[in-house]
Amino acid sequence: MSNADHEPREDDPRLLLLDSRDNVLVTRARIRGGETIAVSGQAITVPDDLPLGHKLARTDIAGGAKVIKYGAPIGLATTQIRTGEHAHVHNVKSDYTPTHHLADERTRYGSEP
Amino acid sequence: MTMLGFPRSDGRKGIRNTVVVGYLVECAHHVAREIAIPLRDRDVHVIGFPGCYPNSYAETMMERLCTHPNVGAVLLVSLGCESFNKYRLEYAIRESGRAVMTIVIQAAGGTRKSIDEGRAFVAEQRALLDEMTPVPMAAEELVVGTICGGSDGTSGITGNPAAGRAFDMLIADGAACIFEETGELIGCEHIMADRAVTPDLGRELEASVAKAARYYATLGYGSFAAGNADGGLTTIEEKSMGAYAKSGASPIAGLIKPGDIPPRGGLYLLDVVPDGEVRFGFPNISDNAEIAELIACGSHAILFVTGRGSVVGSAISPVIKICANPETYRRMADDMDVDAGRILEGKATLDAVGAEIHDLVLGLGSGMRTKSEELGHQEFILTYKTFEPIGPACLPAA
Repeated sequence: MSNADHEPREDDPRLLLLDSRDNVLVTRARIRGGETIAVSGQAITVPDDLPLGHKLARTDIAGGAKVIKYGAPIGLATTQIRTGEHAHVHNVKSDYTPTHHLADERTRYGSEP
Repeated sequence: MTMLGFPRSDGRKGIRNTVVVGYLVECAHHVAREIAIPLRDRDVHVIGFPGCYPNSYAETMMERLCTHPNVGAVLLVSLGCESFNKYRLEYAIRESGRAVMTIVIQAAGGTRKSIDEGRAFVAEQRALLDEMTPVPMAAEELVVGTICGGSDGTSGITGNPAAGRAFDMLIADGAACIFEETGELIGCEHIMADRAVTPDLGRELEASVAKAARYYATLGYGSFAAGNADGGLTTIEEKSMGAYAKSGASPIAGLIKPGDIPPRGGLYLLDVVPDGEVRFGFPNISDNAEIAELIACGSHAILFVTGRGSVVGSAISPVIKICANPETYRRMADDMDVDAGRILEGKATLDAVGAEIHDLVLGLGSGMRTKSEELGHQEFILTYKTFEPIGPACLPAA
């Protein structure tokens, strides 16, 4: 987990870079929707709450490109993901097996997250 | 810190001296549970196999569990007509030097008589085991397993690498450490193979993950629960990278299957995915199935890393719960032994939390009990599987 090769572009202190090769950052604390935060030196306004342990794009990631975390590919971007955008099941898919989640069901039945 | 263990005839030592009540078919489960209730706070644990059809994996698992070093005596509870080979199991337990009795409910005269008879045996064995004097035990005599459950985006950053540091320290002490769930190593197979002590073992490690990928692809799901996605994990390979961190940095000394006991200290991968065509459903229907397999490989204790917040413990071996997520820890501190979320908050280093986990494991051998033990957690589940024996490359000579 070295960031020696990382150009010193500013990131919000609540964002964690796990490996210099990564194109995503991990939230080390919850970030509230509406906050403006620094991501790779850009000012990004976060639309929705980003809970602890989630990822956002460190750079623009092209649709079809590998998403890199821990210095290793963790899936493919299914669409372009812009710098600062939440990278998750809505725009990243596995190269192995599809991810099962209940996010759509929660919305359908109106349950609180 | 001096560890003490209960010596067994096979040379192993236990850090617990449990009486096991084992049901041999679901039809005997109620009677087994009722027998254990009066002494459930005094290390009397219920395990068992629910199926009525024979299965050699389940019979091996039950034998390894009933002759586990943490077990001092065993009561088997049979309905009477199930296919489980109770004769062989009772023989193996007796040959191991442990007291054993089998109650056949149909012969004993039904529920009430079986419960009375069973409670008398368990109380008698409890009293005898309580008289046993433990002997000094070295860290190199320990087998420790690790699992993660209810993982989230913090697990791979704090709890899992901290468990990995603890593994490295335990292996330096001479202990055997086991990590598992090949279905959660998908994507890590090549970097893992590079850590094998021989190239042939490296190929076996890669093959075990390829088998898992095929198996899960057929089932249509990865080893990935909805809560993992809520917690920020997006794909199985992302979860895998986090889970892999539990293995630490030591060389991988061998590949074992459920019921295989590590021959010496070092790091082992437990292959939990069945061999052959896909049958009997998911390889591990829940975390406790994997815990039971780690214990069947001789694990004296389990390191369980959670982010979302698991509460489980286990029958037979204590489970140390390592909470990766600081928000979860604050909500569920009563269930957690280690607050690894401190790493994320800059309050502790990975090495410090790793050392804390290492010391907790040794502490279990000198009177300390885990939160899940104190809360009475004794979960256990065992279902149908099939395995071929491991190949000759899986355990290279030291």
